[in-house]
Amino acid sequence: MGLTLAEKILSEHAGREVHAGELAIVAVDVCLTQDGTGPLAVRQLEKLGMVKAANPERTVLFIDHSAPSARRELSNDHMLLRDFASKTGACLSDVGDGVCHQVISERWLKPGDVLIGADSHTCTGGAMAAFSTGMGSTDVAVGIAFGKTWMRVPETIRVNLTGQFSRGVYAKDLMLFLIGKITTDGANYMALEFGGPAADAMPHYERMVLANMAVEAGAKTGLFSSDGQTRLFLESQDRGKDYRPIKPDPDAVYSRVVDIDLSKLVPIVSFPHTVDNVRTIDEAKGEKIDQVFIGTCTNGRIEDLRVAASILKGKKRHPHTRLLIIPASRAVYGQAIKEGLITIFNDAGASINTPGCGPCVGVHMGILGDGEKCLSTMNRNFKGRMGNPEGFIYLASPATCAASAIAGEIVDPREVM
Amino acid sequence: MILRGKAWKFGDDISTDLIAPGRYFHLRSNLEELAKHVLEDADPQFASKVQQGDIVVGGNNFGLGSSREHAPIIIKLAGVSAVIANSFARIFFRNAINIGLPVVQCDTSGIQTGDELEIDLARGTVTDITRDFTLPFPPLPDAMRTILGDGGLVAHIKKHGEFKLD
Repeated sequence: MGLTLAEKILSEHAGREVHAGELAIVAVDVCLTQDGTGPLAVRQLEKLGMVKAANPERTVLFIDHSAPSARRELSNDHMLLRDFASKTGACLSDVGDGVCHQVISERWLKPGDVLIGADSHTCTGGAMAAFSTGMGSTDVAVGIAFGKTWMRVPETIRVNLTGQFSRGVYAKDLMLFLIGKITTDGANYMALEFGGPAADAMPHYERMVLANMAVEAGAKTGLFSSDGQTRLFLESQDRGKDYRPIKPDPDAVYSRVVDIDLSKLVPIVSFPHTVDNVRTIDEAKGEKIDQVFIGTCTNGRIEDLRVAASILKGKKRHPHTRLLIIPASRAVYGQAIKEGLITIFNDAGASINTPGCGPCVGVHMGILGDGEKCLSTMNRNFKGRMGNPEGFIYLASPATCAASAIAGEIVDPREVM
Repeated sequence: MILRGKAWKFGDDISTDLIAPGRYFHLRSNLEELAKHVLEDADPQFASKVQQGDIVVGGNNFGLGSSREHAPIIIKLAGVSAVIANSFARIFFRNAINIGLPVVQCDTSGIQTGDELEIDLARGTVTDITRDFTLPFPPLPDAMRTILGDGGLVAHIKKHGEFKLD
C-alpha cells in the first residue's frame, strides 16, 4: 500500500512504516514557540526540572506577537524567553526579525522535517514537504526537551489542482474558496495534501498561503511535495544544499479527493466571523471598510507586497480607510526597501510597521474600534480576533485589500489592475 | 471517575479567541487573572457566575483557532470539571488532555443551560438528570487516556521519565 506525504514523513521519523490511524512516537527536527506561548512552555520545562533543549540549534524562540512589546507584562515575558535561550543555547528570533512561520521557512526548515510549533499556523511549513503542525505549549515543551512527540498519523484529504489562475486571482482566493467548500472543520484531525499540475507549477510563496490556512479547515498540516519550486526557494535563501525531493506514492490511499480548476475561480472575501463564510467578489463589493491590513504569515511576503504596490503606486488610500502594511520578516522588509515598495506605500498614506504579527493577534498596532470593519490578508476572522469583539474582520488577497484601501470599500481588484 | 455539575450551553465554533481573548494577551503569565475573563466574548456573565464543578457544553468544533493552551487552562482554573461538545478542534482537544481537563465528545443538542449533568468517564456516559436521558460517548484514544489518567502531560513525564503510551 502506497504512502501519503504525511505517512511517508512520519514513517521516517517513527523508525517504522506507519499508516493513518496509528499512534506513533516520532522524532522532532525543529521546535518553535512564540511570545504568546513560549513563556508557558518555559515554565512547564521548569516544572519538569528540564531547562534544556535536545536540539538547541533547531529550537527557535520567536518574539513576534507583541514585538516591540506593547506592555510591561509582555516585556517581562520576553525577558523570560531571552533568558531561556541564553541558558539552553536555543535560538532566539527577537523583535523585528519577523513572524515565526516566515522566518522558520527562510532559515531553519528543510524538506522531510517534522516541525512542531506552539502556534496554530505552524502548518505553514508543510509547503516545504515538512510535516509541520501546531500544538500547545506543553506538547512543544516536551518536544524541546526530549526531541520527540507522539502523534496519531492523520488521514489525508488530497486536493488536486488544475488550470491556471485568471488575472487578479491568487492562492488566497483559492484557499478561501476551498475552506468555504469543506468548512472550518472539514479536515479536522486530517492532513491536506495538495497536488496536481497546478500545484506542481505553483511557486513556493503561494504554496505557503495554502499550507498556512490548512488549520482554518481544522487540518493538522497542509503538505506539498518538495520539487524544483522548493529548491528555487531554498536557493533564494542560500540554503540550496538543504533541498531533497519528497513526494507521495502514486498508489497512496486518501480519505477524500477534492478537485479544483483554478481557471474557474474569482476573487473571494471571507465575511465575519468564520473563515468559511465566503462570498464571491461580486457578492462582497460595496462593503465600507475602516481599516485595511496587508501582512501576516499568510500574505506578508515580498510577492504579496509587490502586488499591493503595483495597485497602490501613485494612488492614495481613501481618507476614511486606514492602511497598515507589515512585512512578514526582516528579509522581506529589506527587499521591499530595495525595490522601492516602502516608498510607494508611504506615499499612498500607509502606516508601515515592524515585521511581526502586527494587529492580527489583537494586542496592538491596529485594534479596531466598536463597529469598525477591517479588510485583511490575515488568515482568520473570529470575533474578537483583532482585540475588540465589537469589530468585524473580512479576509481577502493582497490585491483585493490594496484596491479596496483606495476605494474605501470592498472592490474587485481586476477593475484596477 | 464521576463528574457532576450544572451545564453552561454554548453554540458552534467557540474559538480560542472567544475563550481567551487576545486583548488579555498580557495576562497569559497571570493565569488566575486571565481566568476572570474566560469565555467572556461568548458570554460576558459566565466567568462571574460559573460554580466549581460546572460543565461547559459546546456545539460543533469547540476550541477552534489558535494553539493557546491558556484556553483550556483557564476553563479548568475557573472551576469547570469537564467540557462536552459535538466535536472539538484538534489542538484544543489535545491541550485539554495535556493539562488534565476531561473533554467528552457526544451529541449535545438536547442539553440546555442549567441542566444537571453527570459524566461517568469510566463507563463513557453523559446523563442529563434534569431531562432524564443518557448518552454514550466513545472512549478516548489509549494514549490520551493514559495522559489524562496521570493528571496531564507534565505529570505523565514526571511519573515515567518520558513518554509511556503503549
